[in-house]
Amino acid sequence: MSEVIGTGRVKRGMAEMLKGGVIMDVVNAEQAKIAEDSGAVAVMALERVPADIRAQGGVARMSDPDMIEKIKAAVSIPVMAKARIGHFVEAQILESLGVDYIDESEVLTPADYKNHIDKWKFTVPFVCGATNLGEALRRINEGAAMIRSKGEAGTGDVSNAVTHMREIGGAIRRLTSMRDDELYVAAKEFQAPYELVKEVAQTGKLPVVLFTAGGIATPADAAMMMQLGADGVFIGSGIFKSGDPARRAAACVKATTFFDDPKVISDASRGLGDAMVGINVADIPVPHRLADRGW
Amino acid sequence: MKVGVLALQGDVREHLRALQDCGVEPISVRRPEEIKAVDALVIPGGESTTIAHLAQTFDVFDLISERIKSGLPVYGSCAGMILLADRVLDATADQRTFGGMDITVRRNAFGRQVDSFEIDIAMQALTHAAMRAVFIRAPWVEQIGPGVQVLSSVTREGVSHPVAVRQGHMLATSFHPELTEDSRIHRYFIEEVCKSA
Repeated sequence: MSEVIGTGRVKRGMAEMLKGGVIMDVVNAEQAKIAEDSGAVAVMALERVPADIRAQGGVARMSDPDMIEKIKAAVSIPVMAKARIGHFVEAQILESLGVDYIDESEVLTPADYKNHIDKWKFTVPFVCGATNLGEALRRINEGAAMIRSKGEAGTGDVSNAVTHMREIGGAIRRLTSMRDDELYVAAKEFQAPYELVKEVAQTGKLPVVLFTAGGIATPADAAMMMQLGADGVFIGSGIFKSGDPARRAAACVKATTFFDDPKVISDASRGLGDAMVGINVADIPVPHRLADRGW
Repeated sequence: MKVGVLALQGDVREHLRALQDCGVEPISVRRPEEIKAVDALVIPGGESTTIAHLAQTFDVFDLISERIKSGLPVYGSCAGMILLADRVLDATADQRTFGGMDITVRRNAFGRQVDSFEIDIAMQALTHAAMRAVFIRAPWVEQIGPGVQVLSSVTREGVSHPVAVRQGHMLATSFHPELTEDSRIHRYFIEEVCKSA
């Protein structure tokens, strides 16, 4: 076989290399550098962190290519960027810029309320959010090479990330205990392709890496999500909306590596200054909840 | 023989599985006492800057570096190759490596993720059959010292770049055999590199 780019193995493999790491939202080159120096495995380049998108309102779109280029030039670790759900032209632009991963993200305003991007058509890999197993498998069926729990971005409230991670993990555990003839109905109920449902039932895990996102603001949050089965952590507003971003970033990286060692997590939690103020998810009116975007 | 996989960050699980396929019972290691106890070490794929950062934060950097220099058999894939190199190009300003191998490695030499690729490579020292190799934001070796053996290379714009190298008890690949079902590289590490150390 000759040389080939953009294979499933290359796309999914890229996410495997990020495991056990923290991916941080950054809005400029300085923040990107702080993230890299703190031990981030990748950065997510965007114009406004979710907390600001939430506060300022309006339509949230893909970032300015100039800004993405500056961040790419500033760091040697992978650079990810967000496209709106269904906005395949934003994805084409991001691919042409040479970003390393595209997040088809509910944090931005959706461009298509019915269809997601056909991710198989791209060489660049995609990560997508999911609130449950069926949603995760539908995204994988469309070509996503990595999944993240959605949580509720921009809140600093970890409760939805917990709900979504438990939902995905619980559904996988139930599938593994089913008889073969029960998987057909399971596929119908999950609204997901039978072949993917069967694969998950056999292997006991998603066929791609599963990160967590949405509301993670402290080292303890990161470690809890790892203990709940996440392969790694996205931190959005939690770092650069806090009092001492460099210190908090490094602390979250430590807690993600030693997620099962309370002594390390406790040391990492000392003297971090103010966490982001945050909003309780329950106080956000339903139409303003980002996790409900995507279908 | 106790084989450890350095578990600070990266595709640890895949290396553990590949080593199991070779009949050894590997363990993941990240604390000083765990690293002191192993007879061989695998440094996985991942982000070389992150792994180096964590190794320094958790006080295992010098320990690993010294153990490698005093003969611990070691294999590194991708980020692991960078971390085994004495010299790194396109590194961050303060990036350190464990070192040990007399090689100069260029980070992300094959390009960004959109350039990541699979290809069949030849590796005559190990096997006569071609091997499917997966390169992800991969480095290549730019210069080698006298004691370094090149096991395989990939050509770019007419120039041949080493992607698998061995120097005595140290083995490094730009690519990720742990992402395929093919365990020939891991077997070579266990049966040849470790035995000769």
